[in-house]
Amino acid sequence: MTTNPQIPNAEVLLSRLEQKLTPLIQPQTAIIGIHSGGAWIAERLLPLLQQAHPDCSLVFGTLDSSFYRDDYHQRGLHTETRPSQISFDVENRHIILLDDVFYTGRTIRAAMNELFDYGRPASITLAVLVDRGGRELPICPQVAAIQLELPFEQKLQLSRDDNNLLHFSLEANA
Amino acid sequence: MHNPQLTKEGKLQHLLTTEGLPRAILNQILDTAESFVGVAEREVKKVPLLRGKTVCNIFFENSTRTRTTFEIAAKRLSADVITLNVSTSSQSKGETILDTVNNLTAMHADMFVVRHAESGAAHFIARHVAPHIHVINAGDGRHAHPTQGLLDVFTIRRYKPDMHNLRVAIIGDVLHSRVARSEIHALTTLGVPEVRVIAPKTLLPQHVEKLGVQVYHDMNEGLKDVDVVMMLRLQNERMNGALLPSAQEYFKCYGLTPEKLALAKPDAIVMHPGPMNRGVEIDSVVADGGQSVILPQVTYGIAVRMAVMSILAGNSE
Repeated sequence: MTTNPQIPNAEVLLSRLEQKLTPLIQPQTAIIGIHSGGAWIAERLLPLLQQAHPDCSLVFGTLDSSFYRDDYHQRGLHTETRPSQISFDVENRHIILLDDVFYTGRTIRAAMNELFDYGRPASITLAVLVDRGGRELPICPQVAAIQLELPFEQKLQLSRDDNNLLHFSLEANA
Repeated sequence: MHNPQLTKEGKLQHLLTTEGLPRAILNQILDTAESFVGVAEREVKKVPLLRGKTVCNIFFENSTRTRTTFEIAAKRLSADVITLNVSTSSQSKGETILDTVNNLTAMHADMFVVRHAESGAAHFIARHVAPHIHVINAGDGRHAHPTQGLLDVFTIRRYKPDMHNLRVAIIGDVLHSRVARSEIHALTTLGVPEVRVIAPKTLLPQHVEKLGVQVYHDMNEGLKDVDVVMMLRLQNERMNGALLPSAQEYFKCYGLTPEKLALAKPDAIVMHPGPMNRGVEIDSVVADGGQSVILPQVTYGIAVRMAVMSILAGNSE
């Protein structure tokens, strides 16, 4: 199988993200993944980060920010919304917010707005596998496994196989 | 034939009836409602989708539950909400439906939620409003009550997720029930294999079996092994006509008692769209019992109405 050198290896990036996040864990940390890629990453990282910090009891949640998106009036409601699942108290938590690809910053804006409707966190750290550049808002990830310039026409799409392994592919931007 | 509820691209423009609504749209409404159930459990029970929009509830016919849940749903979507009980206002001064609607449009309303005693009223309004306005039918005569039908289906799906393996019985005054019609269309579109109606002949529409249901006149036969027992309200005014002998007689034959419920599957759920006539169509012991999901129906009604409103408002041309 030939691999496109432009396409990063998601599993390698996941290990790198784990190493970068391990020193940031504190007792009141919660891991929240944004649907769907961020949620997959959060699911994989949670046991590894928990193992590295047996004294901290980490909690896990997922967010779908469809109800907060700024393109609702142009594009309508996303046809596939999934329930956000945050069953712990957000108040005073140190949140690690995970997403697969950071691009314009609009998804993160929406996700943070939703998060604050659950309560007032002590802090939010944004961590992503890929920071592809192109931000349109004053928001940027504190932790990125890789920085990569991609042309507008291309979209980096994360998928998950039957063995729970993550893969990136390049698609045309809609 | 063009479906008057859909845009040229096949998106939902108005919600007037569940009849002829594609399965994909029904599923989108139910899935979106699932996400809104969680919103009601949060610290802040609001999302900003309809911020800056104005929703007008126009009730030409009285209602408490439907009106209130539509109002809560719109407010939780951050819309501005105006509720008009037109039966007690300008209609009694002789204003036509269209004049009422045109006046509200001039006030920049974006969505109308309409209840009317005449079948077809919501269709009529939908045909005449400006293209950016959305209309939701909150009950028109005997015709349709799509959000009630959808919230009932949503409740069923929450308790019995395998829709392709279900037996549902709808019991009571099917003839006058817009709820029953909306439920039957939604259930059959979603692939529920067996929908039964149980009622005396006088309370069933002619050729009801053409809707894809099985007809029973005897509760003891019809309730056997069903997963869902859906009771309908018996409207008191029906008692005065020749359709029924008396409330007591009706309860004896078609009232849901613990003994009759025992014929259904042991884990069957009991539903009722409200308001209930205790001791006429349902025994209090059943209405308040462990198998009753009548109050969850009300709670889910808000989530389903939020889903419908947010899908419609997002589909503006």
